[in-house]
Amino acid sequence: MTSRILTRRQMLLRGSSVLGGLLLAGCDRLTNAPAFRRVLESAETLTYRSQRLALGSGALAREFRESQLSPVFRSNGTSFPESDQYVRWLEGQFADWRLEVGGLVAKPLSLSLAALRAMPSRTQITRHDCVEGWSAIGKWTGVPLSSVLKLAQVLPHARYVVFHCADSLGGSNADTYYESVDLLDAFHPQTLLAYELNGKSLPVQNGAPLRLRVERQLGYKQAKYIVGIDVVADLRGIRGGKGGFWEDQGYEWYAGI
Amino acid sequence: MEPHVIYRHSIATRILHWLNAVCVFVVLMSGLQIFNAHPRLYWGEYGANTDTAVIQIGSRHAPAEKAFPQWATVPSWQDLAGGRRWHFFFAWVLVFNSALYLLISFVNGHVRRDLVPTRAEISLRHLARELWSHLRLRFSLRHYNTLQKLAYLAVIFVLAPTMLVTGLTMSPGIDAAAPWLLDLLGGRQSARTLHFLTAMLIVLFIVVHIVMVILAGPVNELRSMITGRLEVPRDGA
Repeated sequence: MTSRILTRRQMLLRGSSVLGGLLLAGCDRLTNAPAFRRVLESAETLTYRSQRLALGSGALAREFRESQLSPVFRSNGTSFPESDQYVRWLEGQFADWRLEVGGLVAKPLSLSLAALRAMPSRTQITRHDCVEGWSAIGKWTGVPLSSVLKLAQVLPHARYVVFHCADSLGGSNADTYYESVDLLDAFHPQTLLAYELNGKSLPVQNGAPLRLRVERQLGYKQAKYIVGIDVVADLRGIRGGKGGFWEDQGYEWYAGI
Repeated sequence: MEPHVIYRHSIATRILHWLNAVCVFVVLMSGLQIFNAHPRLYWGEYGANTDTAVIQIGSRHAPAEKAFPQWATVPSWQDLAGGRRWHFFFAWVLVFNSALYLLISFVNGHVRRDLVPTRAEISLRHLARELWSHLRLRFSLRHYNTLQKLAYLAVIFVLAPTMLVTGLTMSPGIDAAAPWLLDLLGGRQSARTLHFLTAMLIVLFIVVHIVMVILAGPVNELRSMITGRLEVPRDGA
């Protein structure tokens, strides 16, 4: 009797470990199946819609006090863009650097760092949340993106703002970093083109001379080393078509979670 | 002594139980995949590599390559983007599934009839007696026993809501919509730590739950969660 029960128990244990192994292998195969991948990705639309609903149009990300700053603001991704062009800009203290604003705008712009610094600025102490899980609090000063977009006069059929960057994570020039946000985030009062971190010119490792702050989304949206802003109606024709460097690798375009 | 068969689990309980089981395994294992991307936990608003961790897997200077092994994560290989896709899809399913479970269980009396212990059951004397019979591996099958009821109530009304709230507090979007969540939990990194610790409590529950099913008679118990019918001793308590 005892041996029979044990056998049954062993069978159950063995059976469940085999079943578990099959289930895990199944999950792996599903991860690589495009149709199932699309099912999983449908959750992003649900998250985006429900967060837009919860956020209304203007909910602000929390701003912190000076005493709450992270002792070290961690750098992630590129810490030094390796292109010759970038090195020349850096050696010239970005005097020759220009921010090109184009696409669906009435007045394309080419702005120097001095011109950006001469515009009305905003300073905010906010939390930067990396998709990996860590957070750092930093003080950002920059021009609200909305000011630059108003200057360029966005055309009515524009839907997204795309940021082109000087760094390439993949190594080759084809892999330069890029990002995009919708117009709601683009015109949000806390969305900045930041040129200072913690009261000093933006360090190279944090995106000098100019980076994006879009405070209600994760770190990979905060494009560093920005050189160009493109206003577009559709993201599909650009690069991998998903609206960003990491998005083209499978990460969510809406990074509010 | 002929055993006889009672109708133990309603069709709603059975369907939602298995759907729930699938979702919980996926969110746990994809959660470990996400955790592996930065296997350090902090307390407060911020926390990154140079800050002091409250819990970490691997050493400070050489954080573990993979804190949790392949067999514990979805997908099995290192894939943060894939893990997040699995995690958020099944978290949504879990939200709908749990809402449906709560609605049905309150309406059909499952909570009041089967889950809430009676006044007599929560006396120390009764609890001590139940603990003693658990230690001797003797379980009553006819009704949920009190320890079982308290465990289920803790999962449904404490651990699951804690998972949801701590999970939402990690979202920078939700933090802008409901900044009071940050005050409630002491910051985003505290929320992340609590999310992890609560998940570990749920793992503990699952382990005990499965051990109990095996000890109480796995075939009989599994069948009851499939067909609804459970064999109990004729005069058994």
